[in-house]
Amino acid sequence: MSDVWTYLQYPFAQHALIAATLVALVSGLIAPFVAARDMAFAVHGSAELAFPTAVAGLLLFDDALTGALLGSVLVAIAIALLGSRRGDGNTAIGVILAFGLGVGVFLLSFYHGYASQATNILFGSIVAVTSRDLLILGVVAAVVSLLVLAIYRPLFFSSVDPEVAEARGVPTRALGLLFVLMLTVTVTEVAQVVGTLLVLSLAITPAAAARRWTAAPLMVTALSVLFALLSADGGFLLSLAFVDSGVKASVFITFISFGLYVVARGAAAVRKV
Amino acid sequence: MTQTAAVRLDHAALRRGDRLLWSGLDLDIAPGEFVAILGPNGAGKSTLLKVLLGLLPLSEGTALVAGKAPRRGSSDVGYVPQQKGFDTDLGARGRDLVMLGVDGHRFGPLRARGRSERVEEAISAVGANAYADRPIGRLSGGEQQRLRIAQALVGDPAVLLCDEPLLSLDLNHQRGVVELLDRRRREASTAVLMVTHEINPVLPFVDRVVYIVDGRVAVGRPDEVLTSTSLSALYGTRIDVLRVRDRIVVLGAETEPHHDHDHFHDSDAGEWHSHE
Repeated sequence: MSDVWTYLQYPFAQHALIAATLVALVSGLIAPFVAARDMAFAVHGSAELAFPTAVAGLLLFDDALTGALLGSVLVAIAIALLGSRRGDGNTAIGVILAFGLGVGVFLLSFYHGYASQATNILFGSIVAVTSRDLLILGVVAAVVSLLVLAIYRPLFFSSVDPEVAEARGVPTRALGLLFVLMLTVTVTEVAQVVGTLLVLSLAITPAAAARRWTAAPLMVTALSVLFALLSADGGFLLSLAFVDSGVKASVFITFISFGLYVVARGAAAVRKV
Repeated sequence: MTQTAAVRLDHAALRRGDRLLWSGLDLDIAPGEFVAILGPNGAGKSTLLKVLLGLLPLSEGTALVAGKAPRRGSSDVGYVPQQKGFDTDLGARGRDLVMLGVDGHRFGPLRARGRSERVEEAISAVGANAYADRPIGRLSGGEQQRLRIAQALVGDPAVLLCDEPLLSLDLNHQRGVVELLDRRRREASTAVLMVTHEINPVLPFVDRVVYIVDGRVAVGRPDEVLTSTSLSALYGTRIDVLRVRDRIVVLGAETEPHHDHDHFHDSDAGEWHSHE
């Protein structure tokens, strides 16, 4: 285990740890709303759609993150426009998702750089985070956190009780659109660390576990952030400890995240709630 | 000094597309009055509430709520929407629902002053103290409904609008909810407008009924409107109103089939002529 400490002296490991922390913070904040609004599929959809946009980023700017972040705005608009009504949403996302992945594979055939870039997008590449990536991640994390602070109450109102919220003058539609945008940007960030295929392990599992421990909304959010941090940072540190195995950090992250969920369910069953 | 009417409708009419929901509606509801809005599915009962909530404009005529034009988010109005039930693991307690009634519409991290006291008071007033801290999705329909009423009343509104608050409640809980509303209007002079297809639980308490059928409206005391003569005139067909002990049974009132789930239409479940 002393290996871990040695590795942490290197910039790549420090960058990765900071990236994991930033990503966990925003996904932990967003996750309770994803759960309350029943938007797990939208998360999965926007995560997978970060694949074609990331490949487009590689082709255009030789940088996956820029492409994915710009693309996430497009994805948010597409999801919001096509799926304005509950129920329609999932079908529309499914349609765009399938087409988007096709576009991604199509674009990939024009890319002749490192082949590992593509798998990095799909399964995460936490050790490849550059200081420029960190800056972008930091800015996005700050903006999303401040937004959550500003709109927390009305967003929560319109998530759990949309009809009364509407009658009370909450701009539910505008908040819904803003949330989809925050969601896709966050998901794109998370995809940097755990990959587009494993995003749900940070963007919904922490909240799913937290809701088994408490029903107090602020506690749900606090626990969700805590679980996301434990998963992301813990998963990365474990990947350093078992670096010889060659197993990616995203694998450990999903394992810890799921473990916390199983514990939460078990504890809930014991407490009979 | 004349008291401002809680609700005033003057020659009100509402059209959705080319369909006339109702017209020529004149209504003056005094503070503390308890009014039931009755009629078959799709008659435009819930839509009337939406007008008073400021969510829909009238096609003709004028509406006033507590002396002012209806406005979305007005603190003069409390709203209890149609019972839907919450997800089991929603991540919210009954108490949180009531809190949202105080300042859920406000942006920013600061909470409204005196929120906890007002929330506590509202929870006590509906007798929900025992379960206010349990997850809302795990409460019974009757318990959820009491908390919804607490949420609507915590802002101390002049008018309380309830859309089918008795739906899917058993008889005991129906009586509990109606008695709660009745006490409130007596103690705080809150006018109560309740859309319902269950006449009998509310019959002993309501001052007047608004009965909407196919664009036509009858307004009056229950014993004036709920008669074979007046309902036959309203429906334009033979209707029999039977009184069995202290219950009323309306026979012959066809339920109009409305299979669309349009947001603006009533979506009350159950058949109009079965009052169980």
